[in-house]
Amino acid sequence: MITALLQGPPKSAVPLYVVGVYLLLLLGFSVLNSRRARASAGEYFVASRSIGPFLLLMSVFGTTMTAFALVGSTGKAFDSGIGVYGLMASASGIIHSLVFFLVGIRLWAIGKRFNYVTQIQFFRGRFQSDLLGYLLFPVLVGLVIPYLLIGIVGAGSVVKGISGVPTWATGLVVCGVVLAYILTGGVRAAALANAVQTIVFMAVGVLAFVLISGSLGGVEQATQNVVDNAPQLLAREGTIGHLQFLTYCFVPLSVGMFPHLFQHWLTARSAKTFRTTVIAHPVFIMIVWVPCVLIGVWAAGAGVEAPGGNSNAVLAKMVGMQLKNPWISGLLMAGILAAIMSSLDSQFVCLGTIFTHDIVVHLTGDRFDDAQRVRLGRFFIVAIVAVTYLLSLAPPPNVFDLAVWCFSGFASLFPLVVAAVYWRRATAAGAVACVLVAGGTWAALFYDGLLAPTLAGERIGEDYLIAGMMPVTVMIAASTTALVVVSLLTRPPSSATVGRFFDEAGPGRR
Amino acid sequence: MNRKLSGAGKFAWGLVALLAVLHYDFWNWSDRSVVFGFLPVGLLFQALISLGAAVAWTLVVRCAWPTHVEEWADRPADDA
Repeated sequence: MITALLQGPPKSAVPLYVVGVYLLLLLGFSVLNSRRARASAGEYFVASRSIGPFLLLMSVFGTTMTAFALVGSTGKAFDSGIGVYGLMASASGIIHSLVFFLVGIRLWAIGKRFNYVTQIQFFRGRFQSDLLGYLLFPVLVGLVIPYLLIGIVGAGSVVKGISGVPTWATGLVVCGVVLAYILTGGVRAAALANAVQTIVFMAVGVLAFVLISGSLGGVEQATQNVVDNAPQLLAREGTIGHLQFLTYCFVPLSVGMFPHLFQHWLTARSAKTFRTTVIAHPVFIMIVWVPCVLIGVWAAGAGVEAPGGNSNAVLAKMVGMQLKNPWISGLLMAGILAAIMSSLDSQFVCLGTIFTHDIVVHLTGDRFDDAQRVRLGRFFIVAIVAVTYLLSLAPPPNVFDLAVWCFSGFASLFPLVVAAVYWRRATAAGAVACVLVAGGTWAALFYDGLLAPTLAGERIGEDYLIAGMMPVTVMIAASTTALVVVSLLTRPPSSATVGRFFDEAGPGRR
Repeated sequence: MNRKLSGAGKFAWGLVALLAVLHYDFWNWSDRSVVFGFLPVGLLFQALISLGAAVAWTLVVRCAWPTHVEEWADRPADDA
């Protein structure tokens, strides 16, 4: 029965129609909600700091769950088994909420009080350093681009696997749709679209889980296939090392430095708005990841082969088993695209925002009015999306691995944000040293661990480890050391700066 | 965090720390057993960590909320 299902009937155009209708509905919904965004730059970039608890939860969750969570986790579970959940999902449930609580709320407060819109504005103000801003800009943009790439590549591999549409066409459509609603509505449009898309992809994820398990003869039979054919995937022994597991916990610290998440935090109406997000985030992660991990190991148990050894395609192949009903396939495809687009939109807006505020406005002062600033932001968004789209035409072989490298880069900058809100003695020179060392170690390890082997045509089967640990451990150790040592060796920040961010009632109070 | 944490607040943060430690469930490392007929025990345990995290964060939000941060943000920013 499994063999017959895996072969499946000929591909139908119906799933594409379903996806097309979904994209049109999404566009219509976003355009209808974009009217307020035309009022001011404050509305376009931070939704007038008026987002409530439900929308904040949905937009933050939708933003953090991308192709990595769906396509990547399924593929990684297919390769490495159920331990993938402990590596990223349960760890993130603790660490993401910890960062939201200890860092996010403080950054929201500082952003509101001093009217900051971007991360770089905050760091410039906190460390009184223009250089730090100019240094952070290329680093943050350079790290967001691979993150965008993950989404576009993930979307392409899913749609190709289900409907046969070439990846370049899917990338073009996804970028076009997201651009259309972002360019009109800004961060509020992203938040509203995220809410809709998060509901869609969570509901569709549960549906996919039920249907796929049904097609394998039920959940018990699906797992029995794994017991019989790939039992090593039911535990961590032999697939994940102890130090590797422990040091993976550093990767989710990346949320503290995601510029798009920073922007979503600033949209919150009040600090209390964060409460729902802090509490519900771990459960939402579980709802998405448990089915994906099970589908990944079930695929291995059922004898599914990843086309060309590319585990990105495993989820699409499993969904393809439902091609008996093309309407359902279309719905599943729309749900997966919803998850991917709900991250792309925030990242697009964020890039436009930091370019406008941290480069253009910073250099030109009040030369541009609100409308011109919004236009400049849109122009930069289109340029970055074009570059990312071109990069996606030569996709990386494994979405999960690229994502972990990208997250590791952001995580290596986490000491900077912690020092900025909790350590009065942190200096501008220390912050600059932290960014330089983080960027340098990331680039060197990324080249050695992923880029060089990929360019040499080698298949990267296992995680790149240093003494059994994830490379992020070395990056964080190096950037923290640079920050602390250089800060202690340089003159402390002025009492005015410290007083501004660390007064007795302020967020930096210990 | 408030300078003086209540007993309930300390308990809530202790629960978060406990979950972080339990997350390293080395005793499940090579256990391939399946519960409820379909769920690998290692995955079930980690899913329970996720649920436990939601409970722990609920307690932190209720018992250790940084009220002073919100008050500071709402004050006029005469030094901004």
